[in-house]
Amino acid sequence: MADKSNAGNVVTLNFLSFQAYDIHCSICTLTEIGTIIRSLGCFPSEAELHDIIAELEDEEPTGFVRYEKFLPTITKILLERKFRPITEDLLLQAFEVLDQQKKGHLEPEELTKYLTQEGEPFTQEEIDEMLSAAVDPDKNVILYKDFVSMMTFDDTR
Amino acid sequence: THRVLLKAMKAAVLIQRWYRQYAARMEMRRRYTWNIFQSMEYADLQDQIKLYNFLGYLMDNFTPSSSERNLISHIFRENEVCRDAEWERYFSYTNIDVPDIYSGPRLTFPLDMDQAADLVEAFKNKQQLHSRYVLQLLLETWKLLRVLPNINRVSTCHSKEITICGDLHGQLEDLLLIFYKNGMPSLEKPYVFNGDYVDRGKDSMEILLILFAFLLVFPGDVYLNRGNHEDHIINLRYGFTKEVLNKYKLHGKRILKLLQKIFSWLPLVTVIDQRVLIVHGGISDTTDLALIARVDRHRYVSSLRPPKKKTPSRTNVYADSERYVEMIICKNRGGSLTFPKPFDARESFQRRSLQDFSSTVARTLEEEFEVRRRQAEFSLSSFSKSHRILSSALSSDSEPESSEFTDTGNDEWKQILDLLWSDPMSHKGCIPNEVRGGGCYWGPDVTEDFLNRHSLQLIIRSHECKQDGYEFCHNRKVLTIFSASNYYEVGSNRGAFIRLGPDLVPYFVQYQATRMTRGLSFPQNVKRTEHTALKVLREQLFVHKSDLLSAFQEIDKENTGLICLNDWASAIERVLHLDLPWRVLHPQLVSSTTDGKLDYHGWFRDLALKKPSSEHIEQTMLETLYRHRSTLETIFRIVDTDNSGLITFEDFRQTLKLLSAYLKMEISDEVINELVISTDTNNDGSIDIDEFMEAFRLVDKSRLERGKSLLKLMQDNQRGHDEVFSVFKNHPQRCREEFTSPKKQLLHCLNILLLKQVK
Repeated sequence: MADKSNAGNVVTLNFLSFQAYDIHCSICTLTEIGTIIRSLGCFPSEAELHDIIAELEDEEPTGFVRYEKFLPTITKILLERKFRPITEDLLLQAFEVLDQQKKGHLEPEELTKYLTQEGEPFTQEEIDEMLSAAVDPDKNVILYKDFVSMMTFDDTR
Repeated sequence: THRVLLKAMKAAVLIQRWYRQYAARMEMRRRYTWNIFQSMEYADLQDQIKLYNFLGYLMDNFTPSSSERNLISHIFRENEVCRDAEWERYFSYTNIDVPDIYSGPRLTFPLDMDQAADLVEAFKNKQQLHSRYVLQLLLETWKLLRVLPNINRVSTCHSKEITICGDLHGQLEDLLLIFYKNGMPSLEKPYVFNGDYVDRGKDSMEILLILFAFLLVFPGDVYLNRGNHEDHIINLRYGFTKEVLNKYKLHGKRILKLLQKIFSWLPLVTVIDQRVLIVHGGISDTTDLALIARVDRHRYVSSLRPPKKKTPSRTNVYADSERYVEMIICKNRGGSLTFPKPFDARESFQRRSLQDFSSTVARTLEEEFEVRRRQAEFSLSSFSKSHRILSSALSSDSEPESSEFTDTGNDEWKQILDLLWSDPMSHKGCIPNEVRGGGCYWGPDVTEDFLNRHSLQLIIRSHECKQDGYEFCHNRKVLTIFSASNYYEVGSNRGAFIRLGPDLVPYFVQYQATRMTRGLSFPQNVKRTEHTALKVLREQLFVHKSDLLSAFQEIDKENTGLICLNDWASAIERVLHLDLPWRVLHPQLVSSTTDGKLDYHGWFRDLALKKPSSEHIEQTMLETLYRHRSTLETIFRIVDTDNSGLITFEDFRQTLKLLSAYLKMEISDEVINELVISTDTNNDGSIDIDEFMEAFRLVDKSRLERGKSLLKLMQDNQRGHDEVFSVFKNHPQRCREEFTSPKKQLLHCLNILLLKQVK
């Protein structure tokens, strides 16, 4: 999708992602920009996203972005392959780092503490959502190896 | 440890980044799943309007003697000029006896709070109210509604909190959940219900009865607005008519007629503290509350029927259909004309079909150009469909040629249509709502202007399903509230209601009716809903196979059998007109490609619901009928003039003729016979509509084949006839049946034989 030869497809894909947000016209709100960029396969951090949004914002902030303005930005991002995907291995390593006692699993409280206090903290809603998918209902722990493979499988489906 | 901490922080950031990306992809899938459901919903609604306009055109332009006209004329008949007293006699319930074994609620009037609560309890226990009490309750409701104004005015004085609910669409569990969480309506607990109580869900009748009961008990604390589904013509298609006829076999007709009146008498709008407007659809740039307050709202029985005009239409938009219908008539009179080859007029038909057929003045050349220019404009902007809309004909200058038709008549109708059908959009301005076919899309500037003009501060409306049950737009000046949870599919959305105190700040309560969804995580919910949406979409693709195949072959001129994804996507959009992001969806709809190209024949095989037929013609016909089954059923119900749920063979034939004219496709007598054979018809020469639609849904190709060959056998030789009868004679059911004609005996034998072989 990031090849120059597929630039045409990228453009249409973009526009249709945009369209998914507003079927009437080619604008969307700034808050939705993050969702669109991420759904196109990019993994920016929150800070990186803020920079992009700052660039896209008009001198007079209306809270909206027109597609025409968005297009060059996203094309550049995709062609430069910025914000590369995070591989399954890397992800697993990250969980293992958090699992200091090498138990093979994480307690929900542990993970919550890390994700809501460290890095770019999750909101309550985000952590609730993640836990609802991650916590094994019988053992009440997060078997992160299974979790990671399940989520990455879904993604590539 | 500093390094350890740093490492932990990096790990956390990584996980967060990854999870947010995953969540975003889920959100995107949820969005397009939503788009799929909405597009299909609105496409279906458009179809209904197109059909209605088409029938209206037939009405206006054919001689009174034609039989087709008689079949459909009744839905266009003006409200008979009868006095209310005479109607009350027609709806009389006093001679309906309630048997002793009836264990449901026995109502005594005037109703009180306990009876209303008992009614809720009874419905919770799946009981059904006896038709005598139904009629009585509806009559009392009608009497009350007739004295209510068009605009309900409510105040939050006495520190009362007002509860506001949106669309319920026959979903009783949601109403019960609302009452459970919020309490039932009472003097201390006023409620506003914002329309669309019926259709789609299976307990529309029960919802109406509950709402009307509380209205009668607490007339100063329960306010009902009319929605676009409170409309007997819409009900024909979306399930309410069917529900009533099934639940009340003996008195359903009268109940429906009474409901028709009640719907037209529902108030249009509610205003709270002169600050907050509550209306089902929305507004337009011409909405004028002063005018709304003055209209005779009960004259507008259906949104689809403008006030009657005496002068005949002189617009020529249905010229093609006219030719077809003329041929039907000629054929009926014994002529044997063949239909001309069905031309690909789908686009041009659609472009014209939403036109107000009954405008009185033939447009001047300038007006015609203006129309086409506007159509062209629409197709250039992101609207892919260039439809004319119901009200645009009204906005052009038109001169009344009779005293019956006045500008005010049309103005009023447009005002009501806007109130009940409009949707907000983020763009400025106000444009016709062609997706739905009525009302407008209105922008934030229109909201601003409207609120200022009427000294209001907030518009609360419903009409659109929202994931979280509610949604703000237009700078929080417009609020959509939707109370039917799991509307598209289990887990698709929550329902919500609003509590509004004297400070007029809305407070929301959300809920979801099924226990099943509570165990599911957000991704599981999304996936489940997506699965259903895609299944429905695949079905749509399959039933349009012939058209899609032509479109593909047009592109693939060298007949390689391959097509690139871009072409695939644009071809599909051209055929289906659903305005969906096909390229985003393609991974879900296409299993494999080679070098970015799709083998479309293979793709159709993958999509196939049943084995492809060797007879191309038959496949197309079945496909067409299956695709248009909603339209077919709607026409059936229209033709079923006495709302009995049954139509005669002859009317059945006429129905299919009407459908063929509407679709501009020939449906031969042979095909019609086949269809008759494959249904389990009643033995009195009539067809049960429900049974037919059910059987049709599951048309078994092999059964059809067998039926055909048997029929041929019987037609060819007497021996075949005897064979059939010998089977019949040995069938145990024979003793109970009585037949009035050999033809019916034959059909019955056939059915038995087919049943035996299939089961």
